[in-house]
Amino acid sequence: MEYSLFPRDLFSELERLQRQIHQAVELSPSIRGFNRGGFPGLNVASTPESAEIYAFAPGLDPSKVEVQLERGVLSISGERRPDVPEDARSSVHLNERFAGRFHRVISLSDDLDPNEVRATYREGILHISIKREQSAMPRRINIS
Amino acid sequence: MSEQNGARTGGESAAEQAALLPPVDVIEDQGGITLYADVPGVSREHLQLHVEGDNLFLDGQIAVEMPKDMEATHVEVPRSRYRRVFALSREFDTGRLTADLKNGVLRLRIPKAEHAKPKRIQISTE
Repeated sequence: MEYSLFPRDLFSELERLQRQIHQAVELSPSIRGFNRGGFPGLNVASTPESAEIYAFAPGLDPSKVEVQLERGVLSISGERRPDVPEDARSSVHLNERFAGRFHRVISLSDDLDPNEVRATYREGILHISIKREQSAMPRRINIS
Repeated sequence: MSEQNGARTGGESAAEQAALLPPVDVIEDQGGITLYADVPGVSREHLQLHVEGDNLFLDGQIAVEMPKDMEATHVEVPRSRYRRVFALSREFDTGRLTADLKNGVLRLRIPKAEHAKPKRIQISTE
């Protein structure tokens, strides 16, 4: 474990420590890396009719974000350009924001309909809503 | 500009303290300082910026419409609020601070006060 020589911000130090602990105790990390702390952050929820995915992906051009769904596996990829300049006349005091290419993959359930995907990008959140296949939805069976 | 921990003096409820720490980039050039903060999900109406003494407070609320009958299965962003506090130094002119928010990225520009801009000092040789 590495410590900052001059820890001036207790909160970000704690956050880093928490991340390291997470990585150490995560029992079954995904083969694609650790589940938490990646870019974009993902929240996934389900409703009886759909799966709802919220990707916290600020500062992107939505036309350059690739979203794919194949056999219940959703992948989100793209690139975020750095805002930090590379000229020598300015100095960078903090550089915490993600920059570069990203690719996140999550497995969802198999009952999703790849033809019923809706993706919207608003205030830096990419919201993907995928409907379940009609046949997979719970149905009330009438008893005659 | 240096940073302080998010705790403000005075009583604050535990619910208020539970906030996300937004990642930031801070770049200084001759004319002033530029701060970028990632606050996805925060709209203009839900973002508060204020300067109190030498401190700059950033506070934003995530307001996203979500289906009512939804059940979370995987959560990486566990809170709905961002908060961070920065200590400014005297040479920044907060009266001329400008801010814009686009696609969940806040860009703040704080110019340096006229008298604080760097002047090149001539070194004379005898």
